[in-house]
Amino acid sequence: MRLLEFWISHRSEVAALLLQHAALVLISTSAAILVGVPAGVLAARRLRPGRWMLAVVNVAQTIPSLALLGFLLPLPFIGGLCSRTALITLSIYALLPILRTTMTGLQQIDRSIIEAGVAMGMTGRQLLWLVELPLALPSIIGGIRVATVVGVATATIAAAIGAGGLGEYIFRGLSMADSTTILAGAIPAAALALVADALLGWAGRRLSGAGVTSATAIKSAGVAVFVLAVAAGTAYVRAGSDAVVVGSKNFTEQVILGELVAQSLEAQGLRVDRRLNLGGTFICDRALRGGELDVYVEYTGTALTAIFNQDVSHDPRTALDRTRELYARHGVTVAGPLGFNNTFAILVRGDDARRLGLQTIDDLRAVAGLWTPGFGYEFLQRQDGYPGLAKAYGLQFAAPPRAMDLSLIYRALADGQVDVIAGDATSALIPALDLAPLADTRQYFPPYDAVPVVRTASVLRQPAIGRALAALANRVSEADIRSLNAAVDIDRRDVRDVVREFLEG
Amino acid sequence: MVVRFEDVEFRRGETPPVLSHLTLTVDSGETVAIVGRSGVGKTTLLKLVNRLLLPASGRVLVDGRDTRDWDGIGLRRRIGYVFQDVGLFPHMSVEDNVSIVPRLEHWTPARARARALELLELVGLQPGTFARRRPHELSGGQRQRVGLARALAADPPVLLMDEPFGALDPVTRLEVRREFARIRAQLRTTVILVTHDMAEALALGSRVGVIDGGELVACDAPAAVAASADARVRALVETIAPPPAPRGAV
Repeated sequence: MRLLEFWISHRSEVAALLLQHAALVLISTSAAILVGVPAGVLAARRLRPGRWMLAVVNVAQTIPSLALLGFLLPLPFIGGLCSRTALITLSIYALLPILRTTMTGLQQIDRSIIEAGVAMGMTGRQLLWLVELPLALPSIIGGIRVATVVGVATATIAAAIGAGGLGEYIFRGLSMADSTTILAGAIPAAALALVADALLGWAGRRLSGAGVTSATAIKSAGVAVFVLAVAAGTAYVRAGSDAVVVGSKNFTEQVILGELVAQSLEAQGLRVDRRLNLGGTFICDRALRGGELDVYVEYTGTALTAIFNQDVSHDPRTALDRTRELYARHGVTVAGPLGFNNTFAILVRGDDARRLGLQTIDDLRAVAGLWTPGFGYEFLQRQDGYPGLAKAYGLQFAAPPRAMDLSLIYRALADGQVDVIAGDATSALIPALDLAPLADTRQYFPPYDAVPVVRTASVLRQPAIGRALAALANRVSEADIRSLNAAVDIDRRDVRDVVREFLEG
Repeated sequence: MVVRFEDVEFRRGETPPVLSHLTLTVDSGETVAIVGRSGVGKTTLLKLVNRLLLPASGRVLVDGRDTRDWDGIGLRRRIGYVFQDVGLFPHMSVEDNVSIVPRLEHWTPARARARALELLELVGLQPGTFARRRPHELSGGQRQRVGLARALAADPPVLLMDEPFGALDPVTRLEVRREFARIRAQLRTTVILVTHDMAEALALGSRVGVIDGGELVACDAPAAVAASADARVRALVETIAPPPAPRGAV
C-alpha cells in the first residue's frame, strides 16, 4: 500500500513522467517508422541503401543501450545531455523490427498477386500503395508493436541522461534500494507497454479491414502518427532556457546534494531545471563541459583520478587546489567545499569506541591484537587498501581480515562478527547502527571532499549562482550528510522535504 | 484489335531461344488457343503481347504498333489478363478486385462500381451475394470467374488467358469452360488463350496453334488440327482420346 500512497502523493509528477515516457516512445517510434518503412521497401527490392541500412541497424541492435547512449553523448549535433540523444538511441532500436518486418512482409507476398498487378498496368508506385503495402501491413504493424513495447522498456534508460520518463523512478529507486520507488516507475511503464500494444493491435485490425481504401488509410494513419509525434515533440521540449540546470549522479547522496544546490539556487530567486540521477561521473562531466549542465557536486579525489587521470594527493588542500586548477582550464569553477569528505572510513562499534576511548586509527594499535577486521574484497586487494593501511598505521590484527560483501559489512560489525571494518564515511548506516568512524590522522585515505562544480560562464551571467554556492560552503558536515542519507535511505523520506528541513534548520 | 507476331524470337541470355520463327496473326474478335506442353514458351508468348517481355528479334504488333513503341502501362491497361492462379488481391473485396483497372483509369467511383456489378452478373455471380465478399470466401471456380470479370472490366480489346482453368478440379473446370464459351460469344474481344489441354483448345479456339520446341508447328481450325498428320500435333491430340492399343514409346 506504500505504493498507492506514493502514487497519490506524487500524482502530478507521475503523470508528467508518464507523459514524457509516452512522448519519448511515440516520437522515437514515429521516426523509426518514417525511416524504417521506406528502408524496408528498398531492402525488399534488394537496393543498396536498404541493404546497408539493414546491416547498420543489425549491428546497432547488438550494442547495449547504455553503451549506445554513452557513445552518442559526446558526438556533435546528435549527442548531448537531453532528450535528443535518448530519442536517437530509441529510434535506432525501434528501426530494426520495423525495417525487418517491412522487408519480410513485402517479400512474403505471393508472386502471382504482384504479377497480376503488373499485368493490369499498375505503375510501380500504384503496386506499392495498392497491393504491396496493404498486404505487408499486418507484418509491419507487428514490427511496430514489437518496436513500441521494446521502446517503452528501453525508454527507462533515458533517465540516465536526464531525458526524463518513468526511468527516473526506477533509477531513483535503484540508487535508494527502495522497491516501492522502483515499482512506482516500473508498473506504469508496463501498463503503458500493454496499452500501446493493444491500441496498435486494434489499429492494425481496423486498417487491414479497410479493404481497398487501405492505401488512403495507410496514408492518413501515417499523417496522424506524424502530427501526434510533432505535437508530442513540441510539448516535450523543456521550457525556459534561462533556468539553471542542476545535475547529480545516480546515488542517494548525490541526489540529496543536487537537491540541496537546487533549493539554494531557488532561494536566490533563480529558476532551476533538475537533471538528477544522471548515469555516473562520465555523463555528468560531459554534460557540464558541454554546457548542458550548469552545476553539480563532484568529489576532489574523483575529479583528479576519474576525470583528469591524475595521481591523487593525500593532502586535502593540495588536492582541492589541483582540482581547481584543472577545472579552470575547462571553463569550470570549483566552489567552496561543502564541508564533508566522502572517503573510506575505518569503523568500530559505538560502545567499543566510547568504552575504550577510540578516536583515531592510531588508537586501534592497542586493541588490534585482540580484534578481527572485516573488509570488502576490493579493499583487501588494492595496494592503497588494507596492505597500505596496515603498513601506514603499523596494525597487526589477531586474525587475518575476513573478506565480505560491502552491503553486509556494516551489519556484520554491529552483530559482532567482526570488530573493525572499512566503510563509506558518509553511509547512512553509521548513525543507524551506532558505529563510530576513527579519524585518519595520517591522511592515509585520499580526500574526496564534496565540491560544487559550476560553469564559469554561468556564474558570470548569473552572479546569484555564485552567492548561492558560497552560502553552501562548509554547511554540510559528515554527520549531517550521514543523517540526510539515513533520512532518505532508511526512513524512506522524500528528498525535497529532507533537504528543505535541513536548509531551514 | 489485331495482334501480330512477325518472325519473333525470344531468348534469355545465351541459352537456346524459348521461342523462334514465330509468325502469327490473331484477328480482331478471334479466339486463338495455343497448346503445348509445360515449358514450351506459352506464357512467354503472352508476355510478349503486353510488353512484359520484348522480343530479341522480329516484332510484335498490337493494333499495328510495335510493342517497343507502346508505353507498357498504357498497353497493359488495354489488355485483360487471366492467370492460372488468378492472383486476386486478397485484401480487396470481389467488387474492388473487379473494378481495379477502371479505377486505375480514373473512372468515377459510381461508373466503376456499376461496371463491376455488371461484370459479376456476366460471369454468373450474383452481385448482391458476392460483391462484398473477400477472395478467401470463394470457391476455386468462383475465384476464376472473378478473375475473368476483373480482366474484362475496362472492356479491353485484347484478352490474354494463361491456363485459365488449369487450377480447377475436372468438374468445375468443365463448368467454367462452358461458362466462358457463353461469355465469349457476347464479347468482341480478341482472345489469345494458352493451355496444355488440347480438348480445351479445340473446344474454345476458333483457331488452334500448337507450339513445340519453341516453334509454332501448326495453326488451323480445330477440326484441321484434330486431324493433323504431324507427329508433334498428334502427340497432343492423342492425349484426349488415347488409342486402345499400348505403344512402345510415347
